[in-house]
Amino acid sequence: MESKKKGMSLLAKQRAAGWAFLTPATLMIVVMSFYPMVRAFLLSLQTGRGTNYTFTGISNYARMFEDRVFLRSVTNTFFYLAIQVPIMLILAILLAQLLNNRDLKFKGLFRTCVFLPCATSLVSYAIIFRFLFAQDGLINNALVALGIFSEGYNFLGNAGTAKMVIIIALIWRWTGYNMVFYLAGLQNIEYSVYEAAKIDGANGWRTFWSITVPLLKPTIIMTFIMSINGTLQLFDESVNLTNGGPANATITMSHYIYNTCFLRAPNFGYGSAMAFFVFIIVAILAFINLKVGDTRD
Amino acid sequence: MKKKLLSVLLAGMMVLSLAACGGGGDDGGSSDGGSGNAAESDEGGSGGGSEGGHKLVVWTWDPAFNIPAIEEAGKIYKEEVDPDFELEVIETLSDDCETKLQTCAESGDFGTMADIILMQDNSYQKFVSFYPEAFTDLTDSGIDFSEFAEGKLAYSTVDGKNYGVPFDNGAVISCYRTDILEEAGYTIDDLTDIDWNKFIEIGKVVKEKTGKYMLSGQANSQDIIMMMLQSAGASLFNEDGTPNLVGNDALNECIDIYQEMVKEGVFYEVNEWDEYVSSITNEQCAGTINGNWIMATVMGMEDTSGNWAITNMPKLMETSGATNYSNNGGSSWYVSSNCQNTDLAYDFLAKTFAGSVTLYENILPTTGAISTWGPAGDSEAYQEPQEFWSDQPIFATVVEFAEKTPSNNTSAYYYDVREVVSTAIQDIMSGGGEKEDILEQAQADAEFYYQ
Repeated sequence: MESKKKGMSLLAKQRAAGWAFLTPATLMIVVMSFYPMVRAFLLSLQTGRGTNYTFTGISNYARMFEDRVFLRSVTNTFFYLAIQVPIMLILAILLAQLLNNRDLKFKGLFRTCVFLPCATSLVSYAIIFRFLFAQDGLINNALVALGIFSEGYNFLGNAGTAKMVIIIALIWRWTGYNMVFYLAGLQNIEYSVYEAAKIDGANGWRTFWSITVPLLKPTIIMTFIMSINGTLQLFDESVNLTNGGPANATITMSHYIYNTCFLRAPNFGYGSAMAFFVFIIVAILAFINLKVGDTRD
Repeated sequence: MKKKLLSVLLAGMMVLSLAACGGGGDDGGSSDGGSGNAAESDEGGSGGGSEGGHKLVVWTWDPAFNIPAIEEAGKIYKEEVDPDFELEVIETLSDDCETKLQTCAESGDFGTMADIILMQDNSYQKFVSFYPEAFTDLTDSGIDFSEFAEGKLAYSTVDGKNYGVPFDNGAVISCYRTDILEEAGYTIDDLTDIDWNKFIEIGKVVKEKTGKYMLSGQANSQDIIMMMLQSAGASLFNEDGTPNLVGNDALNECIDIYQEMVKEGVFYEVNEWDEYVSSITNEQCAGTINGNWIMATVMGMEDTSGNWAITNMPKLMETSGATNYSNNGGSSWYVSSNCQNTDLAYDFLAKTFAGSVTLYENILPTTGAISTWGPAGDSEAYQEPQEFWSDQPIFATVVEFAEKTPSNNTSAYYYDVREVVSTAIQDIMSGGGEKEDILEQAQADAEFYYQ
């Protein structure tokens, strides 16, 4: 602030320094992120197999709505979104609340345990879940040993259970990650606020809804946006855990885009169009989320 | 002070490791990593293709199978033709070879491709039709194609031009556990030259007496249906490569057989490849039907040596032209358009995979790679009885099977349509509607992909 009074030259210098610091990162983002996005958009307006592309306007975008598998993948993805994100975030907030307790012993240990799944690679955890739920996997062996099933149940071979396994896997992998944000948020809430509530006679439930949730609102919105974004781009689980099966019952949008470009007769134009569709959905949902969460008048 | 020093050290380490990463990336990219001579490859502006000289770079994937084979070929070529010859093999997974080919083609820069690359036979139609600029036409390269089995050559031939030099044979074999069959009162002869009705009948008895399935397979990747179809010269395609699913009698029959096998507990459906392999190695199944490359997996079960035998596969009953022979898998070598020294590459292939009985004899015992090159099949090595396989001369048998395999229509959209059919079959199996309706929908889906 003081520097302003000391004249333009210093201000200009500072500005120049600011720009100098900003430029490399900006350039990198433009070249690595925005340029490919523009190219992808141009590609999405072209059709052709192999490398013979012709501009066909929005035909790729129109094609999406006739593509049964793509529509199925959209339904699947939104199914995961609707079921998994609320469960995960509620679990995360409850765990954060528990682990934020001042009187809890071995807090560090518990926090580490809950966060640890996040340190595993997406591919390897997906494969491990596939092994767990295989017909002769650990879960089935346990269920058979307990006498619940007479022989291994094909969890990943049936549409309903395969989706369930993916949701369980996602919850396992991402709850701890979101919990960390809530923990950080909770630590910013003054303990005296809780004490005041206690003196006023508020019970735990009341405190949670009247103090924790409102004060955590920015964090909740952020985790919501991140989770929506992550779920809409879900790829590794669909590829490695169920391979989209059975009969495309668990395929996600990103997985289908990948298949279109690399496994089937290559159609990069159409793949790019679908990728932009995902981008638009993410943008819309994030926008709604921000508006809903906006507390300013 | 200490802190400052530490941070300087840390920063220095990061810079160094980043630089190392960058360097490593370059090496990998130019696929010249082994020699570490990045400067040399930069000069030519072409990374992988070794320019001039006596060196070839190869991408292939299996350290127990095709890698020793190409290395042996390199050794033979070095001894017999060119003493300065140098071969660099870079282990690259089959899927990665295809993805790399595709990304190179899409970016229009083939500079990072190797000289000679192995590719699955089923992929040739797709990649040669969509990215012809990635391949070199081998028709007039001096390689003699006349000695290869015709059905095998058809995979890598597009518009009458040869793009691949056949490597391994994908003739279908049925391998069975003779000890399990015996327990159920059968011998390998009871399963030879039979049809699927008889097979299911035997399978039911085996299930009843031993509790074991006859076969297993991936529900989401219908190998068995594809093998059944080809055994009658049928396929999912019309002659012009368009999908042929509705009113395809052979396909109908195959689906019926498949459905019955699963229902009767003869066929064990699994979700992934590793589950398929473990269903064999865990002795859940009395056998398997697959391309003969599956022998490598089976032979991994050393303690069951002598308890295995091979025979031909069951045939369809109602479809005309049905045989007991089919094909699944197999691969061929192609010379990429990035190869700067095509004369060397052509000569190398012509004098090894298309011209050396010694090569095929040498790789047979270690890799079990059975050739589709006529003269190799006549060699002594192929007639040897194999202890693991109940002393059958299996290599000669497989060559014989390969010669009897009918060829069928294929298409650049092979994988698209195959996936649509796999999906349709899963829908039929889970009772998702009438078979005719599902197939009709599948036909529409398949045609959609052609647009």
